[in-house]
Amino acid sequence: MRKVLFESFIHGPLTEPAPAPDEAGLAELAQSVNRAARAKLGRSLSIRQVDAGSCNGCELEIHALANAFYDLERFGFHFVASPRHADVLMVTGPVTKNMREALLRTYNATPDPKWVIAVGACAVDGGLFAGSYAVAGGVKDVLPVDLTIRGCPPNPKALLAGLLALMQKAS
Amino acid sequence: MALLNTIAHRETVKQHRPWPRALVTDDGWRQAIEHLAAGRCTLLGLWGDAGNVHMALLGERFDDIAVLSYACKDGTYPSVGARHPPAIRLERAIRDLFGLDAVGAPDTRTWLDLGFWDVRHPLGNKEPAQKPAPYAFLPAEGEGLHQIPVGPVHAGIIEPGHFRFTANGEHVVRLEQRLGYVHKGIESLLAGATLDNAVKLAGRTSGDSTVAYAFAFVQAAEAALQIKPPPRAVYLRALMAEIERLANHFGDIGAICNDASFSLMHAQCGILRERTLRAAEACFGHRLMMDAIVPGGVERDIAADGAAQVQALLTEVQRVFPRLVELYDNTASLQDRTVATGFVKPEFVRQFGAGGYVGRASGRAFDARRMPGYAPYGDLKFEVPVLDAGDVNARVWIRIREVEQSLALIEQILARLPDGEIKIPIGAKGDSCEGLGLAEAFRGDVLVWLRLDGKGRVERCHLRDASWFQWPLLETAVEGNIVADFPLCNKSFNCSYSGHDL
Repeated sequence: MRKVLFESFIHGPLTEPAPAPDEAGLAELAQSVNRAARAKLGRSLSIRQVDAGSCNGCELEIHALANAFYDLERFGFHFVASPRHADVLMVTGPVTKNMREALLRTYNATPDPKWVIAVGACAVDGGLFAGSYAVAGGVKDVLPVDLTIRGCPPNPKALLAGLLALMQKAS
Repeated sequence: MALLNTIAHRETVKQHRPWPRALVTDDGWRQAIEHLAAGRCTLLGLWGDAGNVHMALLGERFDDIAVLSYACKDGTYPSVGARHPPAIRLERAIRDLFGLDAVGAPDTRTWLDLGFWDVRHPLGNKEPAQKPAPYAFLPAEGEGLHQIPVGPVHAGIIEPGHFRFTANGEHVVRLEQRLGYVHKGIESLLAGATLDNAVKLAGRTSGDSTVAYAFAFVQAAEAALQIKPPPRAVYLRALMAEIERLANHFGDIGAICNDASFSLMHAQCGILRERTLRAAEACFGHRLMMDAIVPGGVERDIAADGAAQVQALLTEVQRVFPRLVELYDNTASLQDRTVATGFVKPEFVRQFGAGGYVGRASGRAFDARRMPGYAPYGDLKFEVPVLDAGDVNARVWIRIREVEQSLALIEQILARLPDGEIKIPIGAKGDSCEGLGLAEAFRGDVLVWLRLDGKGRVERCHLRDASWFQWPLLETAVEGNIVADFPLCNKSFNCSYSGHDL
């Protein structure tokens, strides 16, 4: 174990500089984040991720945000286990009819002020799964959405750029 | 044809490839059920179609596959699950989707239809939905038992599903899963889809296995259309499949250790996973390599400096990974959590035909790349690691050994990568044709069965994830373990919710 730890110590950090905040995201957020929210939340945001029907591709890339290269926590973001601890719901997938109620309950359990981020092509409008008997639609068809991060799946840089846009407005 | 020799059948379907499909009546269907119950063959899949049910069987030596089709009279067929439990969930899914009933089925509760759809039997007669009866979980009786309901929304970045634990103090007496939350109706979207769209949908059945799904799908489509993809494309497919396996195994090894609170391994494996995904992006323009495999070949050739990028990845992994393996092997506190935890009985693995590391950690030496085998793996040297211990530790070790095998495979693929075109045009055959594909994803075998119409569109396509035969074994593996070890057991299986729910 010492060898591995020692090498991590001497080779310097792998963490890369942050990408620029997403311009489109900033514009989208301008309306939804106000001064009061800023005062309450400071520079730290807790995120509760909800898979509302994704293929698990988005989850893989959201997981990657925590690795040494992206190190999400340095920006004050962290993923939390309960919606009751969350400021942000990060929702992936087309919302399946089987998950719609669970998503609504998760939203209702999240205290105000709160934001919803729709992540991935399916979360925008159902993506390839739109029109199925089992799909309710995109996230916006079920919840008010404050920020959209596109991609199939969005890579960690795109996710980071979107989150930084949220942080700029919220802090 | 050995499998079919022992099963009475009327005729075999001419346009079904590469394995035979036979039409059977009650006699043949019941003979097949007897073979399954006696362990003379393995259930590869059981799925519905308009007025029919199909059953795919794998021979004892893994070298023979046959599909049996039974025409349902009055929407019913003799239950397979009554004699062979691995079929129970499949029959419940067939009833929910097609309205076809298994006569004598031991469990008639719904499976994928959780009562939220507007339509009943969406792939069958499409009746308006009825108000569902409350779902009855299986009982566990005794003094001092309590229930712990978990999910569908879990405490982490994980897919949704419901777990109902009955515990006696800290010890799990019974775990019952309830899945279906991420059911997207993929098979209904596939019906009528063009091949181009269909392979994209197949590639989003379980995002972590997008390459394997596309690989299995094109095997089925190319078999149906009698197309031989160019050799370079075949090798590039295998290259992607092995990169995908590496990335997932790195992620899993780290995540399992993390669930035992050993975050150093998680951090180190996370670095290897990220480097693997970056190599994939450098080679094929997408970190998960989605939409890269298409019927007729591959969509994109490997980038000009791709081979060098992959070689650099191999060098880095070969430098770092052995030290991480040593770290895993020499950390007693970690071994204390993984050894003897989440034991899966070898007889269950054989009965359920569990593939991947779940099967191979409990003595089932099945790997679709080896047997029945598919191109280009017949040209390549690799071993199929098998262990008997059946615990979390064994499932970690299978992954470790498979990482080593994938590294060796990638070296061979790069060394032998043929020149030439990467894609050939595909045309419709003019009449209906059917194909079956079986590809080895990192978690086990993915089965794809499809029927194309004369214009080359998908008429019916069924996708069967390895998880169908692994999820039920997780219920058995957890029994007698403490509740706190469930995440560890669950991660060591890493079953797909989306791949299962479709």
